[in-house]
Amino acid sequence: MIPKPHVDWFALAPVDSLLVAAGVALLCAVLVPRSWRKGVAAGVCGLGYAAAFGFGVALYVKSADGHGVVADAFNRDRLTALATMIVAGTGLLVTGVAYRERAREDHAAEYYALLAASGAGMAFFVGANNLMTLFLALEWFSISLYILCAIDRDRLGGLEAALKYLVIGGFGSAVLLFGSALVYGATGKLDFPGIAAAGAQDNALLVFGLAMLIAGLAFKASAAPFHMWTPDVYEGAPTPVTAFMAAATKTAALVVTLRVLVTAFPANAHLWTVAIAVIAVCSLVVGNLAALVQRGVKRMLAYSSISQAGFMLIGVSANSPLGGRALLYYLIPYTAMSVGAFAVVAARERELGVPVTFENMAGFGWERPLLGISMWAFLLGFAGFPLTGGFVGKFYVFAAAYEHGWTWLVIVGVLATLVSLYYYLGLVRAMFMRRTEDLQLAPIGGSPPRETLLQTAVVTCLVVTVGSFFAVQPLIDLCKHAVNSLPWGV
Amino acid sequence: MTTLLICLPLAAALIVWVLPLNPVSAGALALLAALAEVGIWIQLLVRYDFAQGGLQFSDQHTWFSDLNVSYHVGVYGFSVWLIGLTVVVMAATITYGFWAGRERIRAYMGLMLFLMGAIVGVFAAQDLLLFYAFFEAMLIPLYVLVGVWGGPGRMGATLKFVLYTMAGSLLMLASIVVYGLSEHTFDLVQIGQSSSQWIFLGFVAAFAIKAPLFPLHGWLPDAYRESSPEVAAVLSGVVSKAAAYGFLRIAVTKFPGPAHDFRAPILALAAIGLIYGSLLAFRAPDLRGVIAYSSLAQMGLIIMGVFAVNDLSLDGSVLQMVNHGLVSATLFLLAGMVERRALTGELGRLGGMARGRPALATMLLTTGVIALAVPLSSAFAGEFLILAGVFQRGWGWAVAGAVAIVLAAMYVLRVVSAVLHREVGSAVSDSALDLRPAELGVTVPMIACLLALSIWPAAITQHSFRGDHGAADVAGQFK
Repeated sequence: MIPKPHVDWFALAPVDSLLVAAGVALLCAVLVPRSWRKGVAAGVCGLGYAAAFGFGVALYVKSADGHGVVADAFNRDRLTALATMIVAGTGLLVTGVAYRERAREDHAAEYYALLAASGAGMAFFVGANNLMTLFLALEWFSISLYILCAIDRDRLGGLEAALKYLVIGGFGSAVLLFGSALVYGATGKLDFPGIAAAGAQDNALLVFGLAMLIAGLAFKASAAPFHMWTPDVYEGAPTPVTAFMAAATKTAALVVTLRVLVTAFPANAHLWTVAIAVIAVCSLVVGNLAALVQRGVKRMLAYSSISQAGFMLIGVSANSPLGGRALLYYLIPYTAMSVGAFAVVAARERELGVPVTFENMAGFGWERPLLGISMWAFLLGFAGFPLTGGFVGKFYVFAAAYEHGWTWLVIVGVLATLVSLYYYLGLVRAMFMRRTEDLQLAPIGGSPPRETLLQTAVVTCLVVTVGSFFAVQPLIDLCKHAVNSLPWGV
Repeated sequence: MTTLLICLPLAAALIVWVLPLNPVSAGALALLAALAEVGIWIQLLVRYDFAQGGLQFSDQHTWFSDLNVSYHVGVYGFSVWLIGLTVVVMAATITYGFWAGRERIRAYMGLMLFLMGAIVGVFAAQDLLLFYAFFEAMLIPLYVLVGVWGGPGRMGATLKFVLYTMAGSLLMLASIVVYGLSEHTFDLVQIGQSSSQWIFLGFVAAFAIKAPLFPLHGWLPDAYRESSPEVAAVLSGVVSKAAAYGFLRIAVTKFPGPAHDFRAPILALAAIGLIYGSLLAFRAPDLRGVIAYSSLAQMGLIIMGVFAVNDLSLDGSVLQMVNHGLVSATLFLLAGMVERRALTGELGRLGGMARGRPALATMLLTTGVIALAVPLSSAFAGEFLILAGVFQRGWGWAVAGAVAIVLAAMYVLRVVSAVLHREVGSAVSDSALDLRPAELGVTVPMIACLLALSIWPAAITQHSFRGDHGAADVAGQFK
């Protein structure tokens, strides 16, 4: 008989609640009458995310001493809990943003089921404690996202995006899997602490494996030079899905990158810190320069998310508790700003019925002041202006780089920020500074749709973006305890 | 009290933005808030103990403790005067904007109030990161104020302005990170002096662009020409002083070694800016151009005063900061009033406006006379002190300054005669009215402040530094 491990159901509660939500939402597709279907499925998905968030909070409170559960396959610690909270919060907001997205009723239930399922995958991913669960969870949420990208089957852009994501994402997963195999070959261990304990420092096999692991995770975090899929997929996917990918996928990938590198490869830190710094610099350069020439807002935001990944990777590359805090803190306003910005784009898209460009954002700030001002705040936050958490995040990241002794990385980050101003403020300019005479818009019919849920989500994002500037201390404490569950300096 | 000075305008801005007020009540509310701010400042002035000096009315709360960053505000003698300049000029510009009837007045007034809070914050912040946050926060409303309510070339002007300013600011951010982490605190009062030239240059870059210091003034003519007159008044009158304040509070005080090493090049750039700006002002074809380039020149003079670092020059530069702030703000507002009547600022098409418009003529002439530093005027006192101080660092600098004062007389008189005298210009119609009561209500208090300072410049010069020894106070980091 196979021995059955003890299962700590509480540790898995966020994942389970999302899985249950996914299942119930799927059942809605057959059991609930068509007219109710979307509402019920969205409600179930939202409830699932809310429950996951609540369990995340409870786990954070109750997991002061982190430990492995379910035969050490999964980490029950505050890092997992905090990342779960961020992912679940993102999912909840995205559910609100998505609610009005699908005018036709096909696949409404499946849409929310997949959204919940991918969130479950991410919640499992961030807690992974060995290479097997890592890969399993990665595929779990990736496959959900592949389908979500293509769920509007009548939109060619969506299909193209999904295919591209599938092929390149599959390639990324394969690289990650191969890397895992090499690491296993070098150390004979699958679990992260075990790999660290094996202490195979100068093993070529291990170094190759590490490189491939980093590459595979960088694919998911859409960091350059593994970013090729990002602009096309972000542009083609339904906008709420894009928001989810930009915020939640990146959170999950970056948190796991931090965990894997710090837990499993402390002996190789001299290698991976440099590698991550190089990836960060590449992302900053590629993301910012490419974003300069974009005319589509979604593409611009896609490149901007690449450059934001670069900033956050600076925190990872510092290989210090301060760097970890910087990453986790940065993620909080970053996810809010991404979800918010894409939500505003979604609102404009629904109003106009065409892809949103810089040109047709003209005058938007005055037409819909709430969304306009929120977008303004999100863009200033991306650019790292004060009064938004983006500023404090950048400051922490730079502080971590300096503390690591990499002043040059601070300079690169500063220059990248300068370049980024051009396109972030360019969009602000388009929204607010065109005279009404300059506008040649033909919005399709009547006043814009009332979207209470979307607006609530945007306001929540605004509150988080601005609030995180003022409430740095509590958030940093939150991040500090989370980061301390990693084995620093072992 | 300092916190109240910062928060009152910010709170008023939020109220103006959020409440669905009609244009008149929105403007009136903003005006009320600005006047209340002036009232609070008068309280501050009365209650500040100049005999004791040092940091007063301070207020400190932890912002994030792991990097020792805190919300720490307070005022010194010289910052009392700079805050006073800010509140007076902002109140005047808000009144003018209200009277001129700007479009989208709620957004406009909210931004002006927000700007006011941010500038007061810059002068009161006693934590490097907080200082940076306020310094950047100034840019947010300015960007929109120039970009939305500006002239036809506003897009280019704002872009240039923001990219120039941010290039400097971000270098300063890098410097702040390095400086604060190496000293283990970001508190401006506690942080020790540093001898790092790179950190010093990062700060200098930010302030030199914001001031601006020659040759970093590329953004200046466009921004000053394309923004509305009251915003130009704030930009040249107050925002540039934030840079001069930064030189005084951080660059010279915290980096005595590098400031000494770089004294000659910075004095040289300031002197070049002084003379070059004066020459450009003399050649500028329009009213705003003259004021804009004279602003470049005057900032050069002020920076010379700061970097000379002795008792005379420091007193002079603080006085001159306030003077020039009031003078250039008044001139920009007067330029706006002239442009409103003639629909142009081109000197070639103006002229003869004094005839039948005694109030306008009196205001422009009085301000002009103070601007050209006629003896007994406050500007004379300020410039004389700076030149006397700079003279101690080498007679050549003082000669450059003296030449520029002659040039100042030339360009001011040129403007006065081109607008007021000569034959009636093609753009000036007979029906153009004299200054209205509201316009007088804006300009008269500012000129009254200037006249008061002319009568008693010692109000500022003897009440800026502890024991009236600027150099010793700087050397002691104002502690």
